[in-house]
Amino acid sequence: MKKLFTLLSLLLSFHAFADLRATGDLGIVIEREDGNALIINTTEHKRLSKIEKLGDLSHASVVFSRDQRYAYIFGRDGGLSKIDMLKDAIVKRIIQAGNSIGGAISQDGKLIAVSNYTPGGIKVFSSDTLELVADIPSDYGKGLRSKVVGLVDAPGQLFVFSLFDAGEIWLADFKNPKAPVIKKFPNIGKQPYDALMSPDGHYYIAGLFGEPGLALLDLWNLEAGVKHILSEYGKDDEKLPVYKMPHLEGWAIAGDYLFAPAIGQHKVLVINKNTWELHDTIAVVGQPVFVMARPDARQVWVNFAFPDNNQMQIIDVKDLSLRKTLTPGKAVLHMEFTPRGEQVWIALRDDNQLVIYDTETLQEVTRLPANKPNGIFFSSRAHKIGL
Amino acid sequence: MNKWLFLLFVTSIAFAGEPSPDRKSTLRNLLKQDCGACHGLTLKGGMGPALLPEVLAGKSDELLISTILEGRQGTAMPPWRPFINHDEAAWLLGILRKP
Ligand code: HEC
Repeated sequence: MKKLFTLLSLLLSFHAFADLRATGDLGIVIEREDGNALIINTTEHKRLSKIEKLGDLSHASVVFSRDQRYAYIFGRDGGLSKIDMLKDAIVKRIIQAGNSIGGAISQDGKLIAVSNYTPGGIKVFSSDTLELVADIPSDYGKGLRSKVVGLVDAPGQLFVFSLFDAGEIWLADFKNPKAPVIKKFPNIGKQPYDALMSPDGHYYIAGLFGEPGLALLDLWNLEAGVKHILSEYGKDDEKLPVYKMPHLEGWAIAGDYLFAPAIGQHKVLVINKNTWELHDTIAVVGQPVFVMARPDARQVWVNFAFPDNNQMQIIDVKDLSLRKTLTPGKAVLHMEFTPRGEQVWIALRDDNQLVIYDTETLQEVTRLPANKPNGIFFSSRAHKIGL
Repeated sequence: MNKWLFLLFVTSIAFAGEPSPDRKSTLRNLLKQDCGACHGLTLKGGMGPALLPEVLAGKSDELLISTILEGRQGTAMPPWRPFINHDEAAWLLGILRKP
């Protein structure tokens, strides 16, 4: 009897513990076709729950509240969903536009901005209530509205974003959320398709699809305007077809170098961060999509567009050499490093799996099922500028 | 039989008209996933325009099949000829046109 009692109390106390959940090692995995988000534990390699009915998540991204309790999911269909990762529940869900591409959270965590294709522009919401705070249409003359891409947060309660059709970069200062101040940089180059913020919040860099090179904005020196870098690179080379647009969210800044995907060439560009000139190029197997640095920046991991999307390549930053080519499975869509980078999670859309690698040995650790996964986002993003 | 004639015969069987059921499911997946990357999973548009029946209604098969196979220069639409033949592009277009 006594034994039974101890067993019972043990079970009960276990249960009490199980109810507690710290959010620092949680993450969200998007299942693109089902419109689901999985909440996962990155330490235990476990799926904890599934949040359903989040709409069209074929191009979804996620930001986290600074207390790491809430995840905000931006869907393709203009949906913005606030998820409570402690309660496995949707707190609120709104449809704020017809077609969206991504979002950002402000420096103070109080504002959520969404970048929209149709109607073009950004909308800014209270992170608490998801009530509209500001609506900034991307008008660029003659009644035209541009698709908005590359939306990120920056120090000083700023949101920075690019206008794909207009070729402009806009900076919105939300120190007073009721009266945001917009500064526009026109003529930054043709068709900026995505952008990134350097991890220190110093530089905003947009990739250009319509012409060679990148557009660089130094946030410490706005008067200097936008500088066009690498404009000569690949100007006369034949462009290979691009079957998927690269993503710059995870552009890698490692040491003195910025690693970026070339467009229409099977190369990773290595740019000197002091001179903004091309330092080197690294030949890879396909059109790079994500070029992401491990948090310690010793390695850069690259995945590829169709038809080379079954492979990944790892660059050793020490000597800018290719360390290894991995074939994790079918349709590698996204990757996410654990906060200090000992492991990386990879989404395999056509294998319906997540695979986890040890980044030191480059050996597989384990696999988890997920239906058509296309995005992996860990809560450690909550404390990173530009994510 | 002449070897070349034989080859021609075999390839024309393999490629003529409707794709095989296996190939159809590959193509459907391609449409949803890879075309969907630009045109949206539900084809309502993204970086590329919507490919819904009403959008395509006024445009000829010829134009759209050649867009799929050759891409459109100066835009983000890439050529799919290395992966899809003419009949397969026509079959895909048929799916796109069906409401
Ligand atoms: C990398 C992005 C991208 C991918 C992938 C892509 N498309 Fe496109 N597609 C575009 C863009 C951009 C346009 C618009 C071109 C223009 O401005 O004329 C377009 C145009 C088209 C059009 C013509 C639409 C019209 O109204 O004239 C068709 C049809 C089409 N795509 C079919 C496909 C199919 C089928 C696939 C997959 C096999 C595919 N696309 C994959 C970007 C893409």
